Amino acid sequence: MRDETITGETVPVPESGYNFAYLDEGAKRMIRRAILKAVAVPGYQVPFASREMPMPYGWGTGGIQVTASILKPEDTLKVIDQGSDDTTNAVSIRRFFAKTAGVATTEKTEEANIIQTRHRIPEKPLSEDQIIVLQVPIPEPLRWLEPREVETRRMHALSDYGVMHVKLYEDISRHGRITTNYDYPVMVNGRHIMAPSPTPKFDNPKMGNMPALQLFGAGREKRIYAIPPHTEVKSLDFEDHPFSIQAWDEPCALCGAEEVFMDEVILDDQGGSMFVCSDSDFCQRRRDAGHKGPAVEGDDT
Amino acid sequence: MSELLRVENLTKSYGRQRGCTDVSFELWPGEVLAIVGESGSGKTTLLNCCAGRLAPTGGSVVYETRHKGLIDIHGMSEPERRFLMRTDWAFVHQNPRDGLRMNVSAGANVGERLMAVGARNYGNIRNAALDWLSRTEVDPDRIDDLPTTFSGGMQQRLQIARNLVSGPRLVFMDEPTGGLDVSVQARLLDMLRDLVDRLGLSAVVVTHDLAVARMLSTRLMVMQQGRVVETGLTDRVLDDPQHAYTQLLVSSVLQP
Amino acid sequence: MYVAVKGGEKAIDNAHRLLAEDRRGNPDVPELTIDQIREQLKLSIDRVMTEGSLYDRDLAALAIKQARGDLIEAIFLIRAYRTTLPRFGYSQPVETSDMVLDRRISATFKDLPGGQVLGPTFDYTHRLLDFMLAAEGKEIDAPETVETDTDETPRVLEILARNGLMEPPDGIETDGRSEAEKADVGDLTRDPLSFPTNRDLRLQNLARGDEGFLLAMGYSTQRGYGRNHPFAGEIRFGTVSVEFVPEELGFPIEIGEIEMTECDMVNAFAGSAEAAPQFTRGYGLTFGHCERKAMSMALVDRALRSKELGEPADAPAQDEEFVLSHSDNIQATGFVEHLKLPHYVDFQSELAMVRRMRAEFFGEDDDASTAEAAE
Repeated sequence: MRDETITGETVPVPESGYNFAYLDEGAKRMIRRAILKAVAVPGYQVPFASREMPMPYGWGTGGIQVTASILKPEDTLKVIDQGSDDTTNAVSIRRFFAKTAGVATTEKTEEANIIQTRHRIPEKPLSEDQIIVLQVPIPEPLRWLEPREVETRRMHALSDYGVMHVKLYEDISRHGRITTNYDYPVMVNGRHIMAPSPTPKFDNPKMGNMPALQLFGAGREKRIYAIPPHTEVKSLDFEDHPFSIQAWDEPCALCGAEEVFMDEVILDDQGGSMFVCSDSDFCQRRRDAGHKGPAVEGDDT
Repeated sequence: MSELLRVENLTKSYGRQRGCTDVSFELWPGEVLAIVGESGSGKTTLLNCCAGRLAPTGGSVVYETRHKGLIDIHGMSEPERRFLMRTDWAFVHQNPRDGLRMNVSAGANVGERLMAVGARNYGNIRNAALDWLSRTEVDPDRIDDLPTTFSGGMQQRLQIARNLVSGPRLVFMDEPTGGLDVSVQARLLDMLRDLVDRLGLSAVVVTHDLAVARMLSTRLMVMQQGRVVETGLTDRVLDDPQHAYTQLLVSSVLQP
Repeated sequence: MYVAVKGGEKAIDNAHRLLAEDRRGNPDVPELTIDQIREQLKLSIDRVMTEGSLYDRDLAALAIKQARGDLIEAIFLIRAYRTTLPRFGYSQPVETSDMVLDRRISATFKDLPGGQVLGPTFDYTHRLLDFMLAAEGKEIDAPETVETDTDETPRVLEILARNGLMEPPDGIETDGRSEAEKADVGDLTRDPLSFPTNRDLRLQNLARGDEGFLLAMGYSTQRGYGRNHPFAGEIRFGTVSVEFVPEELGFPIEIGEIEMTECDMVNAFAGSAEAAPQFTRGYGLTFGHCERKAMSMALVDRALRSKELGEPADAPAQDEEFVLSHSDNIQATGFVEHLKLPHYVDFQSELAMVRRMRAEFFGEDDDASTAEAAE
């Protein structure tokens, strides 16, 4: 937002100078066409004419453009980064939409009908009335094996995916297991191999047959892709080395939750640490409901 | 029985330059055809056109597929052709670096074709790789090593293992012993001949080395300036060359 | 007692206040005006306009002020503003042959019609700090001004082309595209770049590309990584008029004048199967006076044509996907700097894996803080 004119005279903040949700309607239509195509071909990366946004590339410009294109004035938006509503970039993006679109925002997963996220899917299962928008830095799952766009496009077109298992084979032969822990490649609808964005592999099973529409936006790389509701998403693996997800031995120190993705919080410089839910809303709501983890048990303040 | 490969009036030109002109031949199951000639004679261009790696300017290459009978490989769709190339066919490059993934282990190199067609059991893939490494005389203990740590001869044997693991029927080879020392060449040739015999492979081998042709092939085609000047059973052509160019080649190279 | 990290909003607000304070610097020193920046930091303005791909001197000056002199940040501001502007249409191609010249040099011919015009250039200055400038208020000797007649200053490459020694302006016909296809110029701000590209989109990408990146890429071709034997056929800087055809009128009207720098590199070409030996060109064009950028762009443009001309293409500067995917400094700076964003989740995944593998390495089986469970 410019709040100064060229001569330095201060004028009221000109939100009204921009269209609803910042993007002009032409750009939104273009992006919505790309989204429709992405939904029609699950997992396929649709090139789109990514606009230059007032945030840096790599900071969620793809997700922001997708959200801006589907946002309606009556929507309620939740923005998370690393599972948390309160990390700086989540705050910055939420403010951007509150300012340019004036939509309601929330931290409560079930209150939002659009959730923009970076690197996590909420622990609370999403419903058919919700859309989750994931920010994607590198949309091409084959990029680390083949840097050339011309070649990766051909590989997708021909389902020439042998090389993906070559990578997994190498992991197992070197380390005894598949060592990919996030951005773990998936096969969508039995046809396209897709990067789930740098979400931990813990979240991969949530993507399969999810009732909510999942949209993926990569602004710098100019790609949009989608997983329609109730679509099969399979994490690549071998029969004798099946896909597995992370699990923690201890429950969340604050709310006692188990079988959720945890952040490790360093407590001192002696190596002391504890594990807490990465999903801050999920954790807070459990604590509000009276659940307690080991770190707060008996602490009634 | 029908022929495995039928090449008719194949021509490939690059602008004003001719790669190969009006070449026709058939290859029968179990047969090894050698194409000889000096560099620039068009033999590698011909090989690439036959193997579907280069689109010809004219003529056709017809292959007897397992399920659909004779099909013009240049009329196939790209996915069909790719599938054929990684299952029924093999291509051995002169420089093993062109045919290997240098940044993944020997085992992954051998296993790739299996994974590409849907093999999803790590243990089975690894066992197949071990088996093919030993069949191509690569120490199975080297299965997890990168090809960059292999000698030239070992890389070439690894490339052959990587190609043969899918049980191809037809192998294209471009100067398979080209970059190797003489002693290493002899061992590789022995191994190749043995594999071809035992597996009943058909092959098209391009070489400038008449000794390689003599050792591997049943039939021989001599090329000069993009055209076939003489063709026949290998022993007949080498022992009793008819065309002046073949006579020149034989007299300048072979010392009986 | 542990308190979850909170306060992102407050932190951001305060960071913005600190930024504003830092931008202003010592309030006892008079504040820079937009006019001063526009008039006295011309080459910064020109770079911001070129790489921001928006010709507006006042906005560029404002962006430089707001960005505290960080030109890439200023370019970013301009780009983000530009993207919101409505498109009325496309101007007619500017005719640089009709440029009112401030500078025009050729390294290929000693003398040529219209002569060599040095104009404002650092080229023959001695790079000695001028302490008189620090003292302010230095008097300037008024330069002589010469009027050039555009009829008498044909472009050097046109002279070569008349003799058939130079390829036609839109390249040698080897890419199999029809005239109509070539005339259909793409717009990479409206359609995503897809590979392989054509020269129109390559030139657009290079025109917006980072000066430093193109400089290094162009330099690498001179040092043998994709050598293409360049000569500076002509570099010209001056003013051209911009024409636009409003639909209502149906004929072009002049809508303004802009300053531009153009560089034509002349490169030897040995000929191919289809094309006779002749000179080829690498082309560079920028807003304002960005000579280094225009020259670098021309070198890289020519390097990227090697495939079309049937030359070996194995150097970095000849690799279209490599050059075009990494030339944009706004994309590059965003992605490099996004490493500042939290990556707790990805890092936690790696941490758990490394701990577990270390435990195995040291022969402890169940001691790791996390274990993997079957899905």
